[in-house]
Amino acid sequence: MGIARDVLNGTRCERSVRFAVEKIRQDFPVLSSSVHDKPLVYLDNAATSQKPRAVIEAEALFYSRNCSNIHRGVHELSERATKCYEDSRTKVQQFLNARESREIIFVRGTTEAINLVSNTFGRKQVGAGDEVLITAMEHHSNIVPWQILCEEKGARLRVAPVNDRGEIVFEEFEKLLGARTRFVALVHVSNVLGTINPVREMIEAAHRRNVPVLLDGAQAAPHLKVDVQALDCDFYAFSGHKLYGPTGVGVLYGKAGLLEAMPPYQGGGDMIRSVTFEKTLYNTLPYKFEAGTPNIAGSIGLGAAVDYVNEIGLESIRAYEDELLAYGTRALEEIPGLRIIGTAREKAGVISFVIEGIHPHDVGTVLDQEGIAVRTGHHCAQPLMERFKVPATTRASLAFYNTAGEIDTLAAGIRKVKDLLG
Amino acid sequence: MSDLRGLYQEVILDHSKRPRNFRALEDADYHAEGYNPLCGDRITIYVKLENDRISDVSFQGSGCAISTSSASLLTETLKGKTLGEAEALFERFHALVTGKGNGDKPGAVPLGKLEVFSGVAEFPVRVKCATLAWHTLRSALAGEAKAVSTE
Repeated sequence: MGIARDVLNGTRCERSVRFAVEKIRQDFPVLSSSVHDKPLVYLDNAATSQKPRAVIEAEALFYSRNCSNIHRGVHELSERATKCYEDSRTKVQQFLNARESREIIFVRGTTEAINLVSNTFGRKQVGAGDEVLITAMEHHSNIVPWQILCEEKGARLRVAPVNDRGEIVFEEFEKLLGARTRFVALVHVSNVLGTINPVREMIEAAHRRNVPVLLDGAQAAPHLKVDVQALDCDFYAFSGHKLYGPTGVGVLYGKAGLLEAMPPYQGGGDMIRSVTFEKTLYNTLPYKFEAGTPNIAGSIGLGAAVDYVNEIGLESIRAYEDELLAYGTRALEEIPGLRIIGTAREKAGVISFVIEGIHPHDVGTVLDQEGIAVRTGHHCAQPLMERFKVPATTRASLAFYNTAGEIDTLAAGIRKVKDLLG
Repeated sequence: MSDLRGLYQEVILDHSKRPRNFRALEDADYHAEGYNPLCGDRITIYVKLENDRISDVSFQGSGCAISTSSASLLTETLKGKTLGEAEALFERFHALVTGKGNGDKPGAVPLGKLEVFSGVAEFPVRVKCATLAWHTLRSALAGEAKAVSTE
């Protein structure tokens, strides 16, 4: 963090940061490509991140050398595949500092992880008249599963408000934790605002009332060191593809005691110990929740992504990205008529903005012609858009392979947007 | 930038900043709401008919430059047209923005100012913006109560 502070006084990130960004960029094949005859400036990392060669090769290696199903065969390839798959689980366990590897369930992504919890734990935990508490800055994937559950059970979905900076109003959150609250589902880092929520304090507040907490870590895992034991969260969900890993694989962490007491999510192969037509005995953790052949290659790719991120180090990543965020925020704030949505004191990786009189969709089209990839729209958070009274925003979201030069290109692109459409 | 100038022609920028017929019609015979979830464009179209002829048409809402100017030019173009002419214009307009030509043939109703949307064909993801107002109009005339969505 010391490095990050230094740079707030400087003008350019790269000068003060000991972060080999140009070398890192060479690990990502797509970053040297062109779009509309312009060098690609990829600032849509909150939607999905690009993949380093190590991840692409890990998947290719599985398919070219070790392809087999897992946990079944007695042959060599199956043993290799099983080992690689389970090694990935251990890597994820260490990445999250989970107590045991059986607390790591491989799923399709954050969305499936949340649905798994709402359909199993949620169904047992929540009854008629009960309440599930979320916040106003949730992604649709941490709203809709709880809405479905509440509708089914006759329960009520409560929503903790955010202030104008885009921060949770902690006192209101605490007030909403009531006698009927049975579950809290909470975003760790907002995909629209970049807000880092004070999840440790929020979890403590919930636990004082014996309410379990799920954290949606889709936007946190790529940017922050996550320690599920220190946080004491009951569930943690994230997606591989936002962590420089493959699409179609993600992780649900759950405390072993809770996972053991939960009914299975899907029935099928691998999740059973024995099956007769009268009765099925379920497998132990984590296999109870991994019915059917999983995304083996993807999970192995995710393991490679975790290795890659560890090699750079999340602390260095955080320090560098903080500087880039500060630099980008200053560069964009200088543009007349531009307003940043989400000005929380604790932020990570995201600059959402609107420009007076110009719709984000038009901004996105013009920037695309400059080779700049940003996201425009409601970012799967329509209630949050309504909270800030904007139909949509333009969002630049950062990764550790972005540079101050790319921020300059973005700022120049936005000035072009204004010349053309303003 | 040449493609962008083709997309954001002066007429389009003018209509997006100063949309014409931008009001609710209190005594509308038909109205419908259209929604483009991709970018959050939301418009309502109002139509007043005299027999088979559109005597007045207006819109309200918010959206990008393409969807707003398209709605504005729709209202300018269709006032006084018959329902048959409106439908024929939609078909020609659709062909224009999807790059299938402007459907020009002898006796066809002229596209007129709508020709400025020809640049949209170079931006396939923007076709939905350009056609939202037209889909919404069709829905209004069909008397469909529910909002039309481009998704």
